[in-house]
Amino acid sequence: MSEMKIVSGNFAAAYGAKLSRVEVVAAYPITPQTEVVEKIAELVAEGEMDSEYIKVESEHSAMAACIAASNAGARAYTASSAHGLALMHELLIWASGARLPVVMTNINRAMGPPWSVWADHHDTLAQKGTGQLQFFCESNQEVLDSVIMAYKICEDEDIMLPAMVVEDAFILSHTKEPVEIYDQELVDEFLPSYDPDYKLDVDQPLGFGSLGMPDWYMDFRYKIAEAFEKAPDKIMEVNKEFEEVFGRDPGGLIEEYKTDGVDVLIVTMGSISSTSKDVIDELREEGHNVGLARLRTFRPFPVEEFRKLTKGVNVVGVMDRSYTFGHGGDAAREIKDALYGHRDVILKDYIVGLGGRDLTPKILKNVMLDAISLQDKGLDREIEWVDLRINQERWRR
Amino acid sequence: MSEEEVFRIVIDPKDHRDLPRAVITDCPSHLMTKTGSWRTLRPIVDLEECIKCGICWKFCPDVSIEVKEEGAVVDYDYCKGCGICAKECPVDAIEMKKEADYV
Amino acid sequence: MAKVPEMELMNKGTTACPGCGAAHAMRYMLKALGKKTMINIPACCWAVIPGVYPSRNLEIPLLYTAFETTGASSSGVRAALNAKGVDPREITVVGFAGDGGTADIGIQALSGCLERGTDTIQVMYDNEAYMNTGIQRSGETPYGAWTTTTPVGSQKAWKRNPKKNMMEVVNAHGIPYAATVSIGHPELMIEKIQKAKEIPGPKFIHIYAPCPTGWRSDPSNTIELCKLAVDSCVFPLYEIEDGKYKIYKKPKDKIPVKDYLKLQGRFRHLPEEEVERIQENVDKEWELLLKKEEFTNE
Repeated sequence: MSEMKIVSGNFAAAYGAKLSRVEVVAAYPITPQTEVVEKIAELVAEGEMDSEYIKVESEHSAMAACIAASNAGARAYTASSAHGLALMHELLIWASGARLPVVMTNINRAMGPPWSVWADHHDTLAQKGTGQLQFFCESNQEVLDSVIMAYKICEDEDIMLPAMVVEDAFILSHTKEPVEIYDQELVDEFLPSYDPDYKLDVDQPLGFGSLGMPDWYMDFRYKIAEAFEKAPDKIMEVNKEFEEVFGRDPGGLIEEYKTDGVDVLIVTMGSISSTSKDVIDELREEGHNVGLARLRTFRPFPVEEFRKLTKGVNVVGVMDRSYTFGHGGDAAREIKDALYGHRDVILKDYIVGLGGRDLTPKILKNVMLDAISLQDKGLDREIEWVDLRINQERWRR
Repeated sequence: MSEEEVFRIVIDPKDHRDLPRAVITDCPSHLMTKTGSWRTLRPIVDLEECIKCGICWKFCPDVSIEVKEEGAVVDYDYCKGCGICAKECPVDAIEMKKEADYV
Repeated sequence: MAKVPEMELMNKGTTACPGCGAAHAMRYMLKALGKKTMINIPACCWAVIPGVYPSRNLEIPLLYTAFETTGASSSGVRAALNAKGVDPREITVVGFAGDGGTADIGIQALSGCLERGTDTIQVMYDNEAYMNTGIQRSGETPYGAWTTTTPVGSQKAWKRNPKKNMMEVVNAHGIPYAATVSIGHPELMIEKIQKAKEIPGPKFIHIYAPCPTGWRSDPSNTIELCKLAVDSCVFPLYEIEDGKYKIYKKPKDKIPVKDYLKLQGRFRHLPEEEVERIQENVDKEWELLLKKEEFTNE
C-alpha cells in the first residue's frame, strides 16, 4: 500500500531511487545533498534497499562509477550539487556520448566564490549543453515522481540518455512536505527492470567508447541530437502514463497555471513557482489578466510549447534564478530563441534570488506588476536584477 | 547480434542510421588494420637452424609468429619488423633484412 | 613457473608502435587472466592501440573511460556485477592504465578504489612518460631522463625529480597483494597475475613496459631492456603480500646501471657523475628493498 510520509526533498529523492530499484548507487557528500546519500546508506544498511552503494572519493568518480555500472547493464543513480556537479562535468558529457540512462538528483546551489550553499540554478544550467535531460521540480512529491519517471524516459530505446532531476537547495531539499511513497508493486508495473541490448558481456566481447575518426564522429553526435528531438514526445507520453498509474501529473514539459487567454505570461522554474501561483491568484482578483508557466523541462527545451503558449500574449516576464555572464538569464534567453520569428512579444528577463536571496510574495508581486506595466509603457530594459541593494526599496515596497 | 547484423551495423555502416547508438566496436582489428606495410626490416627465418623453441612467438608484440611443423613462420601481413624475434632467438636463426629488397 | 598459455585474447592488427612494451603487457596479462575478464582503459596508448571505430582488438569486453577514472570505473563495473550476483572469482575486473593514468591524474580514483576494497586488479603499465601524447614527463619518469617537457637544452633541464614509488603508495592502503612484473619475464609475470586473480579484494600490478619511441631505444631491444632493468636492480621484481615483501627474482650478478642506460637515447646527455648518482640511488633503493624483505618476514 502507498503511504503518506512527511519527508524532505532529499528523502523524496532517496525514496525515488529506492522505488526505482536502482542497482548501483555511487555518490559523494556535499551540502545540501548529504541527506540523499545518508538516507540511501541507511536504507541499504537496513536491508530496505537492495543496491550496491559505492562510497566514492569524489563526484567525478561518482559519475564515472555510474557510467561503468550502467555500461555493465545495471540501473545507476547518483546525487550531487553545485561544485560537485561542476566536477562531474566531463562525465556528464561522457554519459550522454555513451548513451547511458544514468539518473541523478542535483540540489540546485550557488557556485562560489563567494561560498554559498543556498538555492541558485546556475550549477544545473551551466551543464545545459552536456546532453542531460533536465527536470526542475517544484515540490518534494515531484522530486520522487521525477526520479521514477526519468528512468522510464531515459531507458527507452529511442532515448537512452542520462537525466538530472533537480530541486532547490533547502527550500525543497531540507523542507518537509507530505509525500506519497508509492507501493513498490505499482512502481514495478510502471518501470520494468533495465535490460539494455548492449552491455559488457564476456560472451559477447564488445568495445565501448573507442576512438572515432572525423568520418564517423559527427554521425554519432547526430544520433544524440535525434534522441533529443524525440524526447519531448516521449516525456509527454510517459507523463500521461504516470498520471494513469499514480493519479498525479508531474508537470510534463511546461506546467500551465491559469494561462488561457492571458495578456501577460510569467515564467518560473523550481520552488518559487508555488509562491508565484498564489501571487497570480491575487493579481487576477485585482483584475490583471496574468498567468504562469512553470518551465519544468529545461532540456530538451520546450520550443514548440512556448510558441503555442505565447499566442496572443503581450508580455512575457521571465524570472531567472541564474545568470550566464555576458549573456543573461538562461530561461529568458532560450525562450527568446524559441519565439524568434514566431511571436512579436515584449520579453523581460528578471534576475532573481541568486545565492538563496529570499523571494517574498511582495517581491514576486512587484516583478509581476512590472511585467504588467510593460503593456502600456513598453520595454524599459531587457534584463533587470531584482532586489539588489541598489534597488531594494522599489522591489520590497 | 547475428553475424549479418554485426556486419551491417558495425563493419559496414552506410550512414548514421546503421550505426549502433553509441561508439560500440565489434570489427576484429585484423580485418581493418594490416600493419605489415609499416615494416622497414623483414625477419627471415632460417628453417634449417630453427629449433622450434617458441621464444620468438612468445616475445612477438604483434602476435605475428606461429611455430608450425616446419618451424617459426612469420605473418608478414602484420609483422611490423621490430626485430625482437631476431634479437631473442637463442640460435640466431632469424635475420633482419631490408624490406625494400622484398617489395 | 607458469607456462605462457597459447591462447591469444589480443588479436593481430594493433596500431602499437613496433616493439611496443604496452602491447606485450596486454597480451601476457590476458593470457594470465583468460576470457572471463572485463577491462577498464582510460586515455593512454591503449586507447589507440586497438584501432579506431569500428575496430575491436581484444576478445574480452573493453570499457574506455575518462583519463582520471580507471579506479572509479572499475568499482562501477564490479558493483554492477555484484548486483547481478556474479562472483568476483568468476569474472575478473581489471583497470589497465598507463603510468600517467595511474600515478598522476588517476591516483585519486585509484586510491579510492583500493581504500574501499573493490575486488579488482589495478594495473599500471609503466612506460615512464606520457607516450600517447608524445613523450611528456610523468611522475613515473625516472631521474635524468629526457622527455619533450624535460628537453635538457643548454640548462641541463632533464628530469630532476625521482620516480614516484607506486608500490609504496598502494601498499600504504593495506591492500592484500601488489607485485611488480616485467614483460621480459613473461612466465613470472603470468604467475603473479594469476596469483592476484585468486586473491579477494583490491590488487595492484606494476608492469614494466619499455617504449622504444619514447625511450629512444631500438625496437628490437625491448625485451633486452627489461632483462637489464631487472639485473641492474633498476626495476626489481618483487611482491607484497599482506605487507610481506618478497623479491622473487634476485639477480645472480648485479650489473652496472650504465649497461641499462646506454641502450636508451633518453639518457645519452647524462655526464658521468650523473650516471654515478643514478647508480648510487639504485643501490640505495635496492638495499632498502632487501631490508624491507628481511624486516617484514622476521
